[in-house]
Amino acid sequence: MNTESVERQPSRLDALTVTVERLAESVFITPTVLALLFLSIFPLIASLYVSLARFKIAKGGFTLTFVGLDNYKKLFLGTDRTHFLGAFAPSTPLSWVIFGGVVVALSIFLARYLLNARISIGGLIGRILLTLGLGGLTWMLTHSIWNGGRLGTLSTTLVYVFLGIFFQYILGLSLAMLTVQNLPGRRFFRVVFLLPMMITPVGVAYMFRMLTDTSKGPFTPVWQALGLIDFSWVNNPWGARTAILIADIWQWTPFMFIVLVAALESQPVEPIEAATVDGANPWQIFRHITWPAILPVSMTLILIRLIEAFKIVDLPNVMTNGGPGTSTQSLTLHAFINWRALDLGGSAAVAYILLFLVTFFGMIFVNLIRQRTVETL
Amino acid sequence: MKRWFESKSINTPSPVGAILSYLILGLWAFLILFPLYWLVVTSLKISSQVAEGPFYIPFVDFQPSLDAWHYILVGDLSKDTLRTFTNTLIVAPVSALLALALGATAAYALVRFEYHPRVGSILTFIGCLILSVVTIYMGVPWQIALVVSAAVFIILLQTIGRRFKRALGNNDIAFWMISQRMLPPVAVVIPIYILFQRLHLLDTHAALIITYVTSNLPIVIWLMRDYISTIPIELEECAAIDGASRYRIFWSIVLPLAIPGLVATFLFVLVFTWNEYLLALFLSSANSQTLPLTIAAQNATRGPQWWNMSVLILLMIVPVIVIAIVLERYITRGLLIGAVKG
Repeated sequence: MNTESVERQPSRLDALTVTVERLAESVFITPTVLALLFLSIFPLIASLYVSLARFKIAKGGFTLTFVGLDNYKKLFLGTDRTHFLGAFAPSTPLSWVIFGGVVVALSIFLARYLLNARISIGGLIGRILLTLGLGGLTWMLTHSIWNGGRLGTLSTTLVYVFLGIFFQYILGLSLAMLTVQNLPGRRFFRVVFLLPMMITPVGVAYMFRMLTDTSKGPFTPVWQALGLIDFSWVNNPWGARTAILIADIWQWTPFMFIVLVAALESQPVEPIEAATVDGANPWQIFRHITWPAILPVSMTLILIRLIEAFKIVDLPNVMTNGGPGTSTQSLTLHAFINWRALDLGGSAAVAYILLFLVTFFGMIFVNLIRQRTVETL
Repeated sequence: MKRWFESKSINTPSPVGAILSYLILGLWAFLILFPLYWLVVTSLKISSQVAEGPFYIPFVDFQPSLDAWHYILVGDLSKDTLRTFTNTLIVAPVSALLALALGATAAYALVRFEYHPRVGSILTFIGCLILSVVTIYMGVPWQIALVVSAAVFIILLQTIGRRFKRALGNNDIAFWMISQRMLPPVAVVIPIYILFQRLHLLDTHAALIITYVTSNLPIVIWLMRDYISTIPIELEECAAIDGASRYRIFWSIVLPLAIPGLVATFLFVLVFTWNEYLLALFLSSANSQTLPLTIAAQNATRGPQWWNMSVLILLMIVPVIVIAIVLERYITRGLLIGAVKG
């Protein structure tokens, strides 16, 4: 009796352990997948529906009437078009040259794929979408940026994202290269350089509003000396955009910086030593040893910043309130303003277009640029 | 003369190079510290001093006062400040910890196991989800609709779903997860608001924590995935041969080895949740308000109260400076070592 239970219990326990062990694969990932499904799939479907509907406050709540693609039509063809896509100016020779160049480049890209022996349907559809998307965006940018055209919220967002990431990466990389040198006091610089990223974006926005004030800000004497005291950057679209870009670069260069420092510090020293012995100059060392080593990190970094940068909203909202006119509004701010005006359908439509745009650029980045640069190493 | 341009060792710059480096580093440090200095100065001003134009140095060109600090810390606003500060102190660390716990396990799973979710099952799942939404919209009580579509889902999964051979891999799962951050908060915030309203969780810490955990999970997974993949698999194999279970391996081998990565990721997420504004704006009002909202609230009907704002921003920065110092130390030990290796 006694011996039996002693013998039996371990076997039962064993069976249990085996089952638990077999479940490990699911146990580790299921909570995360459920959490993401709970708060992502539901809002995704719900806001897709809202973007296809018209929202109205009614007695004791609200009503949503299904209106099909009306909200999107309004953005692309209707009353909100100049706000969203911008006001198009007549073509100039320069815009034709740039647009033509991009079209030729895209055609070569597509033709090279078609002449390739291995063509998959997914790849073909993806590349056609890419060609159409990039071509359309180029046409929009070249026709609204000069010659009396006005940038819409779509183009403004692209300006913020690409110029911002460009400067952040360059600055972050140069500063990281400088601080990995063996200099006394480099830890102090590193901690200081980290700070901007850690301040709440709303705080940064208000701080820059104080700093850029032309009559009470700290730089007033500088403006006076330059004879710019009457020039108000707020009233000039490009002035206002530059101010927002500077704030954005100030805040997010640290992110690039700290990750690149980690990448630079963890690369092995031996190849560099060998190259120095062989008489390579600093530029050659950077080009052939350091650059390939930090390229994969840089790609992940740029992808993360790309996703986050498209959502810029606090800076334009606080610093300029989207003005002058609508010239500094980003897409997220556009959605937010629609939302404040209780146009929930329009707001969701803008947000959905933003989602497509980010996915579009994210896919291009992951599938074409990242793969290619990392593979050629 | 030549030795001014020669470096002693590889990582040590030449004297001229060092001077140039210090110049550039000093310039950037000034560009970062000056705005913060301006906050300190502004926090010591009263409204007329701000309105009259720029004054730079306390005691020299203006008489500093502690009015704003008094107002925020012991005066009229002190109760609010204390409440929002405690709220932030509860919400940010708790959600960062939870996100880290969930995200690290998922990252480990994505590195060490292979998943093959079938395209067929995913499509059936989405189909059934749409079915339940449509039926609820058509007036069927939601309990019935959910049960029915769950049943349909299981039946279809057992019959049709298994026929499809095509499956996705771990990288697709990881991309799906990061894509959850692509949707701008403005788009998801309304459904989330309605969701928490139905659950009667609006204006509670729980609502904020749940939202922050899910919105930061993708970042945790991406950073930790890179980190965990650098831990040599041999250690785990040895432990497995000695009879350790998966859970034991994860708990006693992987987690201790991943501590630098865990700390760095925790601090990143802590900073994001500490500073989050838009979601908090929708999901909290009186009880669970966090600090960024109090800052924005200083832009009142009388115009922005710059001095109060500066005090609040400075209060928010203090804990974050501590984080920056700790983070810097851990980062030199190699956050993202894994990403370097691709």
